[in-house]
Amino acid sequence: KSPLQTIGEEQTQNPYTELLVLKAHHDIVRFLVQLDECRFASAGDDGIIVVWNAQTGEKLLELNGHTQKITALITFPSLEASLEACEEKNQLILTASADRTVILWDCDTGRQVRKVSSFQSTVKCLIVLQRLDIWLSGGNDLCVWNQKLDLLCKTSHLSDTGISALIEIPKNCVVAAVGKELIIFRLVAPTEESVEWDILEIKHLLDHQDNILSMVNVNDVSFVTGSHVGEMIIWDILDWSVQACECNFWDPSPQLDTQQEIKLCQKPNDISIHHFTWDEENVFAAVGRGLYVYNLQMKRVIACQKSAHDSNVLHIAKLPNRQLISCSEDGSVRIWELREKQQLAAEPVPTGFFNMWGFGRVNKQASQPVKKQQENAPPCSLELIGDLIGHSSSVEMFLYFEDHGLVTCSADHLIILWKNGERESGLRSLKLFQKLEENGDLYL
Amino acid sequence: MISAPDVVAFTKEEEYEEEPYNEPPLPEEYSVPLFPFASQGANPWSKLSGAKFSRDFILISEFSEQVGPQPLLTIPNDTKVFGTFDLNYFSLRIMSVDYQASFVGHPPGSAYPKLNFVEDSKVVLGDSKEGAFAYVHHLTLYDLEARGFVRPFCMAYISADQHKIMQQFQELSAEFSKASECLKTGNRKAFAGELEKKLKDLDYTRTVLHTETEIQKKANDKGFYSSQAIEKANELASVEKSIIEHQDLLKQIRSYPHRKLKGSAPCPGESEHTQDQASQAAATSNLDESADTDLYTCRPAYTPKLIKAKSTKCFDKKLKTLEELCDTEYFTQTLAQLSHIEHMFRGDLCYLLTSQIDRALLKQQHITNFLFEDFVEVDDRVAEKQESAPPRPGPGRPPSRSLEECPIPQVLISVGSYKSSVESVPIKMEQELGDEEYKEVEVTEMSSLDPQENLDYLDMDMKGSISSGESIEVLGTEKSAAVLPKSDSQASLTVPLSPQVVRSKAVSHRTISEDSIEVLSTCPSEALIPDDFKASYPSAINEEESYADDSDGAIHFRASVSPPELGEAEEGSLETPPSQIDTSCCIGKESDSLRVPLSPPAHMPLDQDGVVSIPPQRYRQKDQGFHVDFALENANPSRDDSSEGFPADELDPDRLLASRDVSKTSLDTCSDTASNMSSVTSTSSDRTPASAHSSGSSSERHKKRAGQNALKFIRQYPFAHPAIYSLLSGRTLVVLGEDEAIVRKLVTALSIFVPNHSRYAKPVKHWVCSPLHITDFQKWKLIGLQRVASPAGTSSLHALSRYSRYTSVLDLDNKALRCPLYRGALVPRLADHRTQIKRGSTYYLHVQTVLTELCSKAFLYTFCHHLHLPAHDQETPDVVAGRQASFLKLTLGLVNEDVKVVQHLAELLKLRYTQEAPGTGRPTLRFDYVPSFLYKI
Repeated sequence: KSPLQTIGEEQTQNPYTELLVLKAHHDIVRFLVQLDECRFASAGDDGIIVVWNAQTGEKLLELNGHTQKITALITFPSLEASLEACEEKNQLILTASADRTVILWDCDTGRQVRKVSSFQSTVKCLIVLQRLDIWLSGGNDLCVWNQKLDLLCKTSHLSDTGISALIEIPKNCVVAAVGKELIIFRLVAPTEESVEWDILEIKHLLDHQDNILSMVNVNDVSFVTGSHVGEMIIWDILDWSVQACECNFWDPSPQLDTQQEIKLCQKPNDISIHHFTWDEENVFAAVGRGLYVYNLQMKRVIACQKSAHDSNVLHIAKLPNRQLISCSEDGSVRIWELREKQQLAAEPVPTGFFNMWGFGRVNKQASQPVKKQQENAPPCSLELIGDLIGHSSSVEMFLYFEDHGLVTCSADHLIILWKNGERESGLRSLKLFQKLEENGDLYL
Repeated sequence: MISAPDVVAFTKEEEYEEEPYNEPPLPEEYSVPLFPFASQGANPWSKLSGAKFSRDFILISEFSEQVGPQPLLTIPNDTKVFGTFDLNYFSLRIMSVDYQASFVGHPPGSAYPKLNFVEDSKVVLGDSKEGAFAYVHHLTLYDLEARGFVRPFCMAYISADQHKIMQQFQELSAEFSKASECLKTGNRKAFAGELEKKLKDLDYTRTVLHTETEIQKKANDKGFYSSQAIEKANELASVEKSIIEHQDLLKQIRSYPHRKLKGSAPCPGESEHTQDQASQAAATSNLDESADTDLYTCRPAYTPKLIKAKSTKCFDKKLKTLEELCDTEYFTQTLAQLSHIEHMFRGDLCYLLTSQIDRALLKQQHITNFLFEDFVEVDDRVAEKQESAPPRPGPGRPPSRSLEECPIPQVLISVGSYKSSVESVPIKMEQELGDEEYKEVEVTEMSSLDPQENLDYLDMDMKGSISSGESIEVLGTEKSAAVLPKSDSQASLTVPLSPQVVRSKAVSHRTISEDSIEVLSTCPSEALIPDDFKASYPSAINEEESYADDSDGAIHFRASVSPPELGEAEEGSLETPPSQIDTSCCIGKESDSLRVPLSPPAHMPLDQDGVVSIPPQRYRQKDQGFHVDFALENANPSRDDSSEGFPADELDPDRLLASRDVSKTSLDTCSDTASNMSSVTSTSSDRTPASAHSSGSSSERHKKRAGQNALKFIRQYPFAHPAIYSLLSGRTLVVLGEDEAIVRKLVTALSIFVPNHSRYAKPVKHWVCSPLHITDFQKWKLIGLQRVASPAGTSSLHALSRYSRYTSVLDLDNKALRCPLYRGALVPRLADHRTQIKRGSTYYLHVQTVLTELCSKAFLYTFCHHLHLPAHDQETPDVVAGRQASFLKLTLGLVNEDVKVVQHLAELLKLRYTQEAPGTGRPTLRFDYVPSFLYKI
């Protein structure tokens, strides 16, 4: 019996009954970024950035400038100290590429506003610190830039593997994930004494056993990191202490003989934490092929779906309506709903492959007595309510638009716009009658 | 697709071998000798009409100043076409029509010759002896060497069918005017060139003369002029005059484009072109000239006479050919236009008329017609073509009543033309409102006169033509029921002529069939859109004989606006002659058809009445001969009901049989070509009824084949319904198979059910070898996929299973289908496996008819404001959705999955209507999350 939960062809709760395939890229599309209510940009290994209309799927612009694959893409807010180049408050984006350049683009005109090519290494992450009117680029070192793309200061060489993630924390600090360690830097703004910006290494956090793959600010009080071996650590955002650590509860430790079948199909990298998302109460983690919901208050996993996909989950996002969307290397996108679990005794779990009991046991600390397992079983469940099959290769990322549906990008070079068919139909009707009215053919 | 009149196109097309029915052999006593010339492919009708040519053709003649009227060329340029027809004689006839030739020369009070730009004249004339009727278009071309500078020509469209010429006069006139304009434009250009040349000549001559005079002057100092000198001076003067005259002519001819074409759309570059050409010609003539002058100077005896116009009038001089007169480029264009005309008016009149009505109606449906019509595109193309045609209509030309301009056939017109299209039938037409829920038009037959009188009447009116027993009866409900008992084909002849039909009747010279077509219809325009082919053909063999007389081999069709189920329920009461009506078929041959004919009480008297008793043998004969679909061959069934009492039939037994044989022969020889379709009945015209504007036989053939194969598919596969439902609802159907030919064939067949996304291409991919991708489903709605045993094949199958939610898969090799459930009522009507339609083209029309109805439902649904938008602010979307559902269900009468079909079509309509520029709308892939089922034979 496959542990993978499946859903039949009948998906009444799946609203996405219309799709539009967008084709412009010639290689893997890895990044999507929302520009405004109805536009987004995509970028990938072919080095081009394409700006799309999310409603019509129309290709608005193609930005050519990078010669190698794009490694980071971020929107660049127009600030008060705006560039003279963008008086009209055009939407700007910042892209970094393997050709060791960073380009600032104007997404309304397609113009290349600025280009920086003085990098020693490929920039792997970008972050904009809006409070300080600066932005940082992370490669093998960390550089600080101002709005006009002047280099303010930089760190020494940190590591050959480079910075894999970068987040902002209070007190003018940033956290950089470099290999297994987290390094906290403090930015020193110019004062009367020194006119120069400076960046100081404050602290090294060495709690992770393996490379840190994902890092996210959870709320105002903590941030969370995940590593290749499945450690999830929740840190205090102010004093950088470990608040909680979930190291191996999803790790199929050898001693858990009861879960042999699961263990068999799990390779070591199956527990690497690729992505986090969060809401007020929970942190959602994409762990290997599975999805886990960790409650911050209860400090425990409240729901999980150990085999959410056939392959690694690459990106997840929480929707407002208690829904979670995940995409995976298996080429599918799945929509989940977090539900309060029924009273266990009263309602037997309906389907075989949807059995949470096994997971419940696994999720517990190994030391916990078996009797207690029932009480400690996850109180919630992730129910599959739909899947979106369209891509023929790994789905790298997706973007959710409240009004226009879901955009997914994939290694098959395609971007697919998934839409709510009913709503689209209504919109088309609206458009039709508007046109009729324009033509003066509308008789009510 | 729209018009039921399509069904009167007398055509012939299919292989009977394919039909699974084996008729009992005809008893010896009823067999009739075969038409003797059938084996030569002769058209029996043309013999009857007395025409000596086999089909319509175009003749260009000239009234030559040397030899008188002479034929120049025919289109098509094939001696077989006009056969033994005397072209010389006919040229004489057409050129002798009183024709106001343009006056060219010195009008009184004018110093110089004036060119008259005369309008072409258009006349219709007939020659009963030759059995030929012609639309004659006279025109004059200018020729410097001709008498009065003019050469009268005429183009004639010659047909054996006077009716056709009369009915199509406007269209013919419009088309021929284009050809004429083209010729004349070319001619003006050539004439201008000629004049320029001539001017150069004259100029040179003047120079020479002048020099000579000077020399003489110098040589002669005596103070008086010698006679020689005077002569020279005179010559010089006449040359001067001639130069002025020619210059004036040149000015006139050059001014033509500006003068004449003012007001009409300026043709870019035309006048310029003319000028250019002229100057070019001048340039070249300059060269020629210099060469000439060289030549002349070499000659000692160079006299001005060489360029005098007199010389050209010599009878030994060869006149310019038409091509020379008109500039080769324009001449070939004209020929192209003429062959276009020939193509356009090919076929029987009824065919032309129905296709015109068809097009006109389609034009009306510009919002929905892209869905299932492949015709629109053609129409557009033609329109474009016509626009781009070089000749521009002259300003004085009578407004062409071509289809583009004449909007919609009015109700009466459409009926009228429909009527007339069946050739000269005495029809009485009454329009009245039925007391049923719909309006009805009925054409009632009144057979109060006795048969003999009828015949006399007929004779009188038909001008001695062979009789016709044909009638179209458009029957109302009760009234028709009352009248029907007396109605038979013969009785119909007695119908007093109503004004509307006089014309059509009076001109008829020959009628071929004795059909009686009964149209039970809501209103005439709807008669053109029958909701189903509720036509039946009675079979005296299978059913009681008593039925024979009332149904008479008639074709009943019935258009209903009521939803299908209602229609069915009411059928019995609404249809008066319903006993024979098999709703799903054309030939009521099998009584086991889906809808068992109802026999209402009102019908019984008919049987007892027995006014005409029709021997069942006739049916048998018919049945044996060929299975007739009323759509294309109604001549045939009609023949059977031609009762014995009908002398006309006896007059001409061969003819009827022959027609059958011809069709048979043609079937044998070129069974699959569309050209057969009209062979039976198109008398004077070409065998190809190639739809006038359509690209021709290929599309006809395509339709027919597709229809035939679709029919086969429906009969062969019990799960055809869900498959067709998939296509109609926009779910991609993948036809999987190893054999490319089979897959392609089926894909072509099924493509008739695929709604178009735009008007340019059907979303159909006939053959794919590579694994399918998501984009394929977005682009294509019907795909033929190769099944391969290799690993590549497995990946292709893997892709198919991965995307199974977007597709229905028809596995031809395993005879299996995987697709969602279908429980609607629409597809069974569209694709009844027990249908008695046997002919591909008939089935195609049937499909188109049902689909048209569907389109109109989708149209209603799409464009009802309140169904899609809230009526006021407080209304929730749920209320609107509820309204939608109830409209679909109650008003449109859709059940279950049929709703999805209409919704899908509505989405397509919306997309098409809202997209700014055609073709820019990107098709979205719409789908439903519904479970699929596996069907297997």
